[in-house]
Amino acid sequence: MAGEGAENGRDDMIIDGSGADQQRQNNLIFDGVNVNYLKLYYGKLFPHADVFKWMSYGNDGKHPGCDHSYFGRREFSFTLDNDIYLRFQSFSGLSEMENSIREKCPFKIDIGPVYSVDPARRHAYAQGSDNVFTPVERELIFDIDMSDYDDVRYCCSGADVCLDCWPLMTVAIKVLDSALRDDFGFNHILWVYSGRRGVHCWVCDGKARRLNNEQRAAIADYFRVYKGNENSQKMVSLLGQALHPFLVRAHNEVLKIFFEEKLLSTQNLLLDEDRYEKILGMIPDESITSELRGKWADNRRSKEDINVVRWQQLKHMLQSAKQKLQLRRCVEEIVFSFTYPRLDMEVSRHMNHLLKAPFCVHPKTGRVCIPIDPNCCEDFDPTAVPTLSKILEELNTEGSRKEGDNEWDRTSLGDPVRYFRSSFLQPLLKSCKEEIESSYSAKLQESKNSLNW
Amino acid sequence: MEVVRSHRKPAEADDVVPTLPLYLSAPALQVRLEDFELYAVDRLRVLKEISDGLSRGKKSDEMEKLVRELWKLHMSHPHASEVVNKDIISHFVLRLVYCRTEELRKWFLSMETSLFRYRFRSETHEAQRALMAEFHLPYKTVTSAEFENVKDKLSQVARSTGQSLSSGDGIFYKVPFEEVPELVAGRRVYIQKGQAYVAMNQVVSLVVTQFRFLLSKALVLTNRKWTTMIREQEKDRLTPLVESLSLSYLGPDYSQPREFTEISLKDIDQVAKSSFPLCMRHLFEKLREDHHLKHGGRMQLGLFLKGVGLKLDDALAFWKAEFSRKFGAERFDKEYAYSIRHNYGKEGKRTDYTPYSCQKIISSMPGVGDHHGCPYRHFSEENLRAALGRMGVGSRALEDVMEKVRNKHYQLACTLTFEAVHGTSYDAGINHPNQYFSDSKKTLESRNNANIA
Repeated sequence: MAGEGAENGRDDMIIDGSGADQQRQNNLIFDGVNVNYLKLYYGKLFPHADVFKWMSYGNDGKHPGCDHSYFGRREFSFTLDNDIYLRFQSFSGLSEMENSIREKCPFKIDIGPVYSVDPARRHAYAQGSDNVFTPVERELIFDIDMSDYDDVRYCCSGADVCLDCWPLMTVAIKVLDSALRDDFGFNHILWVYSGRRGVHCWVCDGKARRLNNEQRAAIADYFRVYKGNENSQKMVSLLGQALHPFLVRAHNEVLKIFFEEKLLSTQNLLLDEDRYEKILGMIPDESITSELRGKWADNRRSKEDINVVRWQQLKHMLQSAKQKLQLRRCVEEIVFSFTYPRLDMEVSRHMNHLLKAPFCVHPKTGRVCIPIDPNCCEDFDPTAVPTLSKILEELNTEGSRKEGDNEWDRTSLGDPVRYFRSSFLQPLLKSCKEEIESSYSAKLQESKNSLNW
Repeated sequence: MEVVRSHRKPAEADDVVPTLPLYLSAPALQVRLEDFELYAVDRLRVLKEISDGLSRGKKSDEMEKLVRELWKLHMSHPHASEVVNKDIISHFVLRLVYCRTEELRKWFLSMETSLFRYRFRSETHEAQRALMAEFHLPYKTVTSAEFENVKDKLSQVARSTGQSLSSGDGIFYKVPFEEVPELVAGRRVYIQKGQAYVAMNQVVSLVVTQFRFLLSKALVLTNRKWTTMIREQEKDRLTPLVESLSLSYLGPDYSQPREFTEISLKDIDQVAKSSFPLCMRHLFEKLREDHHLKHGGRMQLGLFLKGVGLKLDDALAFWKAEFSRKFGAERFDKEYAYSIRHNYGKEGKRTDYTPYSCQKIISSMPGVGDHHGCPYRHFSEENLRAALGRMGVGSRALEDVMEKVRNKHYQLACTLTFEAVHGTSYDAGINHPNQYFSDSKKTLESRNNANIA
């Protein structure tokens, strides 16, 4: 995003990957991403056909019920290397899209909604008439960015991400993915690494694509717990005699374990006075906080991790039966404050919000935006994601090419693309076909019925 | 609906079912011209009382009771079979009256929806289910087997919103989550695989949403019919009735100032301190301080002063005296005098503009450099406290006022301020800044008279 600080030194380090590549770097040192490499990438590696198939949602012309205009009504936008921003790009088919991408070589490709008409013809449609230019379908999307957690991570801040704080993203994926499937009944969900410090989520079921803005906002609000601002110490407020089952499940299955077994220690949340004061500030009871403060002031060494020990002490004091419900609830509020997913509400709310396409290369880190498998998201390592330079190098050094091979198959891009196809695209397309077929039959039936006198 | 002249015509067949009508289409009834007006006036009394009750912050249970009483009081009829006819006829007459401007439509929609909501809540569950069917809301109830499976979760949800499962009657509907976005957003329902489990008392919001949606569309259509056809056709019969009905019972619109509220320029500072509501006091003070107000402020304060009795010549002198200290007399004459004369109906289309009501002021959106709007809504807590302190509101009353503000009852907050400043109780709710002013003057004058006597 705009306004990032100078991080070129770090960029080189990230792009390098492992030390062994050092020698081969000589021919490939560059700042960020340069146009020539991008050209190669779009020429040989970017999975145009897969993105096209995805965006067609089964409207490939093979069934009479297919909508031939569907793909052409989708908005794409390109950010070119001199910061020129081209909106409302649309294409009639795969080759037009492929050619345009190869020719313009955008540093970033964003995907927008499917409109009522081809975006290229939008000016022909007057406002306020019955034929309007308006979004009609759009995936339900979520954007989670690590910089929104800066007030609860001490290892990094801003654009940086490391293996100590990345698990916050893992937790977010787990909580949201299971809710999207179990609570809302969605099935076709794609999680993508954003290339630097966050994750994107694309919910592609037909029902999701047809949600209006109010419904999207409602889902985003269902997921919203964190309501921090500079004025309040407490960022999460869990009221009521009981918690909603969704929050209970999130807490018991994901958040509590993560907080107690990982985050407390990796972030040393209770080690120093500044850090534990932050947590004590969330407890609205002077007698308890001063007692805890007293216990912790003397910094005794212990065999066990001091953070764990102190957390047990805190829990013990708050959760004893004689405490009022609101105090007992503080323990969960603290856990939620540190671990519960923080969504960018604006991204999800409006149908016309653009989002970066998967398999783009992040212009600042050089990393490819590859999918993340939610079932094993705890194994995902953002620092090991293939970079543009790495995969181009792999392309150069791998053995002779067999005819008809996909180029990406010989590189680290192979696994991500294969995953995209088998776990996401194929099931999605199958379901789209079924939808097209059944709605076509329904229409036929209806017209037959209306012919009956 | 057919309107006939005097002679009595018996009502249509007596198989009128005593349920809540949905007003989906104008009925084929015949109405006497006198009843046309009488029925409408009675219904308008009910709607106005509802408006008062809501602006006084009455809770749902109180409103339900109020509506029952009002309905019995105003909408009954000696012939039992005529009761429903009166209901239907009065609704459709008021549609004609209130379809004609955006503001009238908004008010009518809001009051009729509230009326419907509280009447619906008073119905038996069977009647409610029947009404749901009439709206073609095809939701299925949860079977007792299903209920057993999810009972715990439903109970958790109920308790998380401060209710208990047993307070309902165990009846739940399974509704696609897309249709209850409000309930989803507030996490007030249990959702599983895309189906929301909606309690009987939440079904109200579904039905009411549908009612509002249909009525809103109908009002726009009615307006179209009115302007293109009915108004002209009925200009000797219904049109004068319809036009006079809209002027009554929304309270005086303060465009014709009354005797004792006339003010003169030499008194204005004193009167501003003692009798202006906070919104106008603030604008007035800012005008004195900066010798300028932006457009929104000029309109809000200028029209208020007109309503308070400031004559056009005095108004011109007043604004000129202030503005010329910043801009010079000539510039005032060129740029600002016209719009003041415009407000008094002396220019352009010669509309005599009416001073803004609280509803209008609260819903305005002051931006940078603006001072209009409702301070209870638009000021930060700190600034509001300071302003109220300067008005002489004591600390205990101040807390009560802030409590109202937190609950978004801005007009109630203003009412409490009135009480604190004048040391009296004020039973009606404040709906209009000019109402505040004239009641303030009345209070102070009667106190003066008492002192003298």
